[in-house]
Parts: sequence; structure tokens; C-alpha cells
Amino acid sequence: MATYSTQEFKSGLKIILDGDPYTIVENEFVKPGKGQAFSRVRVRNLKTGRTVEKTFKSGDSVEAADIFEQTMQYLYTDGEFWHFMHPETFEQHAADAAAVGEAAKWLKEEDDCLIMLWNGAPLTVEPPNFSELKITETDPGVRGDTSGGGTKPATLETGAVVKVPLFVNEGEIVKVDTRSGEYVSRVKD
Amino acid sequence: MTVSGAAEALRWEPSAEPRALKLRAALNAAIRGFFADRGVLEVETPLLQRSANPDPAIEPLAIAGGEGYLRTSPEFAQKRLLCAGSGPIYELGRVFRAGEAGRYHHPEFTMLEWYRPGFGLAELISEVADLINLSLRLAGAEDLPLVQVRYAELLEQHLGAAVPVDLAGLRQACVTLTSIDDVRAAALSEDECLDLLFTVAGEALPVDQLTFVTHFPVKQAALARIDPTDPTVALRFEAFAGGMELANGYDELRSAQELAGRFADDNRRRKAAGLRPLPIDQRLLAAQRSGLPACSGVSVGVDRLLMLIGGYEHLHQVLSLAEPEL
Repeated sequence: MATYSTQEFKSGLKIILDGDPYTIVENEFVKPGKGQAFSRVRVRNLKTGRTVEKTFKSGDSVEAADIFEQTMQYLYTDGEFWHFMHPETFEQHAADAAAVGEAAKWLKEEDDCLIMLWNGAPLTVEPPNFSELKITETDPGVRGDTSGGGTKPATLETGAVVKVPLFVNEGEIVKVDTRSGEYVSRVKD
Repeated sequence: MTVSGAAEALRWEPSAEPRALKLRAALNAAIRGFFADRGVLEVETPLLQRSANPDPAIEPLAIAGGEGYLRTSPEFAQKRLLCAGSGPIYELGRVFRAGEAGRYHHPEFTMLEWYRPGFGLAELISEVADLINLSLRLAGAEDLPLVQVRYAELLEQHLGAAVPVDLAGLRQACVTLTSIDDVRAAALSEDECLDLLFTVAGEALPVDQLTFVTHFPVKQAALARIDPTDPTVALRFEAFAGGMELANGYDELRSAQELAGRFADDNRRRKAAGLRPLPIDQRLLAAQRSGLPACSGVSVGVDRLLMLIGGYEHLHQVLSLAEPEL
């Protein structure tokens, strides 16, 4: 079992606490002038996203989490799992709903996603920052109004609903920022 | 190496802004003026030493080849001067501690240490407060009032109850008051529990005051004399500005025999903790056998003092060229 000592703690380090994988967000070295040193760390649970604080005595060890990130191509979903392919080994990995989470509504086939793997299994799925998706349903556009101003909801091919300007029409492709869920621009074919 | 790591490795710009560099220069001059006015002699003692302080909580940097150590404090060298009759002395210089890095720590830092023959702790506490307030005025800030609190009182105030006398109670207090979990708390010794509780109690001290914590338990005596009127406490103090520890002072232990005993005990504790024992400073013991005058001494973290007076959040902001990788 690989372990890390508190001396190796730094932000980004992946560790196991109480059976869950965590990433270190911040590590603070605290020590009274003449006394035992401690590490006070803020850690984020990679499953739940929750951040908590933990204190360790300096020199204590924690189990290392076998975690690495890999860009993979999204293939398809069978409703229960989302399937991704490693670009070099062509090995396929199936991510469940817990791992895919909010990313599900942005995933388009052939998009490259950043997959975090824990013990070889997908833990989180990060869609590309920008995704180009077709509008499958929205109210009819207001011709000539390209100045912006008003917005209306539009349903995209993945099922996501975003606010788009009034002039954008059904069947058009739009660029969306997947981090904020906001419309960026129309994409001309 | 990652791209950002490579960029970090080539980052050559100072970690301190020009204002911080000027503040340090002004503070150094003010410190020298403060002691010149009071007839305290500036001395310089060796950075490189053949022996080291065996205190298990302080790890020296060994020089390559293992022939010596960078000093963790000028204490032992200054005490040899005191034994030789130097009278009051101070030193403003660099010290080194392995593995100490963080917001308030840097492996190389500046320590101001001074000794006052004939002073008791009360006089020295007053002088430390004078120096801190002089530094604050130098930066255009207001004086801070001096408040004294006993170690046990400080912990009691923070715990909201009497300090537990049993180890199980201390461990439970650590779990309740800090973010340590019960499994890890169960591995802490009594001293470690007290250090953790003292750390969080110190951090929570009110801002806008200088707090001097006194009457440390004898197990935390370090190199302070035991209070002749109360053998359960040591004549030691720590100064805090807000929640930041700034200074550590003792009514100095004079007995060479007792000092040798504490060093031996330190090395025993080092071995028990899996640390290598360190060579004892035999010249200090010889000097104290010839006689250390009754005196009190204190060390002040000058970089932290600069953080205080300059309003900086991180030690790196007052170091000209911090080494974030050390």
C-alpha cells in the first residue's frame, strides 16, 4: 500500500480517508515554537465534492489514492452506463451516473472528456469546456433581432436546456460553456 | 516536471514588494537603535556548529558530510558569551530549521535573540512589548496593549472547562476543538495533545492586543528555570500578537547539571520518536559549570514581526527571495 507522509502533502495530492478518495486543496503547517508540528489540510472528497478540514500530526502517513486522469473519447450511453474509449489503447471504460453526474447533459458522441480514474474505474467525468450542440426545441426566432437583449430557453440534442438569444432557431448549432451552462455563440455550418 | 513547475523553477522575481524590503531595512535599524539606547551589545555568533539543540521538536539542517549543523538558534553560543561576562547582548541573524515551511514558517528565517543579566521575566516581558510597539509605530501603526494570561488559563478559556488531567480527556478535547479525527487523536501523547490545544488556543487570541502567555507546565519548560515558588510551572513566556506567535522567553536555567539532564532526556525522546540523537554542546555545559549569571532571554521571529507591522498575510511576502520549494 503506497502512503504519503505529511511532509509530502501539497495541493493536488490524492489520498484515501475513511475509504473515500480525496484531493488536498490546501496544506497548512502549524507548529508552536517549542512543540509538536501538525498539518492542517483542507481536502475535497472526489466522490461528493464536499470540502472538509483535517488535522494530522507531522510525520503521520495516509494511504495514497491510485488516481490518474486520462482524456478519453465519449462513445455512447446505454442508459445505465456512459462508455468512453482510451485514445491509444482503445480500451473501453464504463462510467455510472454517479461518476458522470452533471456532465451527462453535455456529452456528445466523439467528444474528448477528462476522466478521473480511481483504481482503474471512472470516478469523475469532465466534459470539454465548450461543446457545440444542436437545438432540438425552442420557440420560433424573432427575425432581425440580432442585438441581443431578451433570451428564451432552448433544448439541446443532449437534453440540456440553456438560455439563448431570441434570434436563434431550432436546428441551429450553438456553442455552450459547459462550466457555466451558458450560451456562447451560434456556430455557422 | 510540469509546465507550471518549470515556470515556477525559473521565477526569479523577489517574493517581497519594495515596501516590505524598505520596512525590513528600517526595522533592522530601529532594532539596533533600540538596543544601543539601552546599552545592549550587538554580537555575532557562529551559524555553523558541531553540536545541535537536541529538542525533539526542532530539527537542525546537517551540512553535507555530517560534520556539523546550521544553528537552529544563537542561544547556546550567546550563553557562552554571557558566562564569560559579556553583560547584556543581542544578535540579529539567520537560523535554520529543517522541515518547517508554511504561512508562518520558512526553513531559513531571521531571529532576534537577546539576554538581560539581572532581569526577571516581568522586566523582559515589558521590554519585548516596548520593542514590538516601537516596530508598530515605525510602520505608522498604533501601540497594542499588553495582556498577560497563564498557560492553564488560556487553555481553560479555549476549552470552556478545566484542562483535563487524564490523557483520554486531553485526546477528547483535541477531537472536539480541532479537526483531528478520533483515530489519530488516540495516537497523541499528553505533550502532543497540549501542543495541539495550545496551537488552536493561541490562534484564537484576540487581535489588537499583545498577549504574553506565562506559567508554562514544567514539561514545557524547555530551557527555562522552574518557578521556585511553584514547582509545577516554568518561568517561561510566549508572546502573541493577535493569533501569531512572535516570541519565546525564559528566565534561564543556570544549573549545568540540570541542563545536561534535560539534554539527555531530549535525546532519549528523540530515540523513542525514531529520530537520531544529536551531539550535545559540551562547551555550553562547561561554560554553565563555570557559571551563567542570573538572566532572562528571549527570541523574536523578525519575519513575523514584519508581517505584523506591514499587514502581510504570508511569511514569503517579507522575505526578499523566499524558497517555496524548500
